[in-house]
Amino acid sequence: MSRVELLSPEGLRVDGRRPEELRKITSTTAVLSQADGSAYLEHGNTKVLAAVYGPREARHRALVLHDRAILNVEFNVAPFSTGERRRRTKNDKRLLEMASFVKQTFEPVVITTLYPRSQIDIYLQIIQHDGGTLQACINAATMALIDAGIAMTDYVCACTAGWVEREPALDLNHIEESSDTSEVTIAMLPKSGKVTLVQMESRLHVDKLEDVLSLAGKGCKHIHQVIDKTIRDRAEELARKMAV
Amino acid sequence: MSFTFHAPTPRETAESSKGRRGEDMDIDEEFAQIQAKASMKDMAVHVVTPGEVITSDTAFMRGHGTYIEQEKVLSSLAGVVERVNKLISVKPLHTRYTGEIGDVVVGRITEVAQKRWKVDVSARSDAILMLSSVNLPGGVQRRKQESDELQMRNFFMEGDLVVAEVQAFFSDGAYSLHTRSLKYGKLRNGSFISVSPGLVQRCKSHFHSLACGVDVILGLNGYIWVSAHVPQSLDEIDTEQVYSNKNKEDITPVDREAIARVANCIRALAQETMFINDTIISFAYEASLQHKLKDMTKREVMQSIAQEATLAVENMKG
Repeated sequence: MSRVELLSPEGLRVDGRRPEELRKITSTTAVLSQADGSAYLEHGNTKVLAAVYGPREARHRALVLHDRAILNVEFNVAPFSTGERRRRTKNDKRLLEMASFVKQTFEPVVITTLYPRSQIDIYLQIIQHDGGTLQACINAATMALIDAGIAMTDYVCACTAGWVEREPALDLNHIEESSDTSEVTIAMLPKSGKVTLVQMESRLHVDKLEDVLSLAGKGCKHIHQVIDKTIRDRAEELARKMAV
Repeated sequence: MSFTFHAPTPRETAESSKGRRGEDMDIDEEFAQIQAKASMKDMAVHVVTPGEVITSDTAFMRGHGTYIEQEKVLSSLAGVVERVNKLISVKPLHTRYTGEIGDVVVGRITEVAQKRWKVDVSARSDAILMLSSVNLPGGVQRRKQESDELQMRNFFMEGDLVVAEVQAFFSDGAYSLHTRSLKYGKLRNGSFISVSPGLVQRCKSHFHSLACGVDVILGLNGYIWVSAHVPQSLDEIDTEQVYSNKNKEDITPVDREAIARVANCIRALAQETMFINDTIISFAYEASLQHKLKDMTKREVMQSIAQEATLAVENMKG
């Protein structure tokens, strides 16, 4: 069986990372002028744009909740984002599923009771796909929500980890993802350590689960530091400009 | 020419101030004082992010943008901490409009409903303008009848821009507006700009006539209306024409250019996150005169206009 060697004898992965190493994360907020909040996040070669509109008047009267806001997540993958060019329909089940994951992740964290009868829209656009789209989307959405000034009890940081050949590895890229590795994505509130999302679509031995989860948790904490710095820098810059 | 920023006040750490104080104080008492002092000082430019503990002192009350967990006050927003006596709140730096009674707002009619209009004021839900809180054309004073209800679209149609005042809140937090003054009503003869609501601050008047022959209405919700100057005193207004959909006929190309120039100045100021008021708009307008109108959408031109306007304001203040 000709398989890509995912872990070299020296213990390095296909892209030269060590097993417990994240890819480089760069992020900015307030990239769109029309949206209430927006963020652009690059996680290695995975690139995501998140836009948040709202809280605003709900578009569908029937869905309005009288005591809190409704969250609406739309997920879109650009045709040029993957290795093989492919246009996806809006009702692609895979995309709808991803959108509902993001929605479920944020529902307990966003303080929706502050915005009754309104709607918060989160639009996620994958610009380039290189593994870990769900984690990148959740992280970008967190930043966009904070940029929009929407109340949340904490950050939500997501990270994936998997079992690559003989040891747990953090933040799998597309090659690792697509060669039958078991992969777990978790979304965590870094301050309290609570987990709002665990997603796994493959089999993983239960003995290995704990290692993988704790590694993913460490990754979340690290991602929190990175995106908190971006948010804080932006907030301080604005505060200085507006402090007259 | 360069921007000068106020440096953030250095935070006084517990250790440093402890060193300077006398040792004769009780440790607990001293610590409490230091904490109170530190929290007071830090609040000058104290930036917090969601989930961050602002204080674990139970004496404080939680305000907007905060929540309480395990007797600690935590932030739920990224913004600046503000403290009024015992009340701690976090002010987000960029958010939707939150109104107060008496605010002048500019809005767009989104829907004509039963005895009311819905108005988009960039708040978290549409504001409501009741038929009973508008003036009838001709200034007649009487109860609104069914016939008025039927011709509501003759007053305001979907898409019309209005300037109004926040009159009250409904129980669900929606704003109730009124236009029961000749200052308020339908907007004509101009152009619309939307900026971040935080950039327009409450002041004495939000209706300004600039020296360049342009009127500006600074809505507190960040919606701004720039229009051709209509020379008028309040008692000369033709009350029949309040709901007219026609622009005045003699808007000259010069007027149009002035409107566009002022609108672009406001955009430039908003892009540089500067507070928008009549003084700074006038200065920005003067600074913009050295540029061609079509160049004013360029980033570097916007920056230089905003910078010159700040300098002019600082010079004026002395």
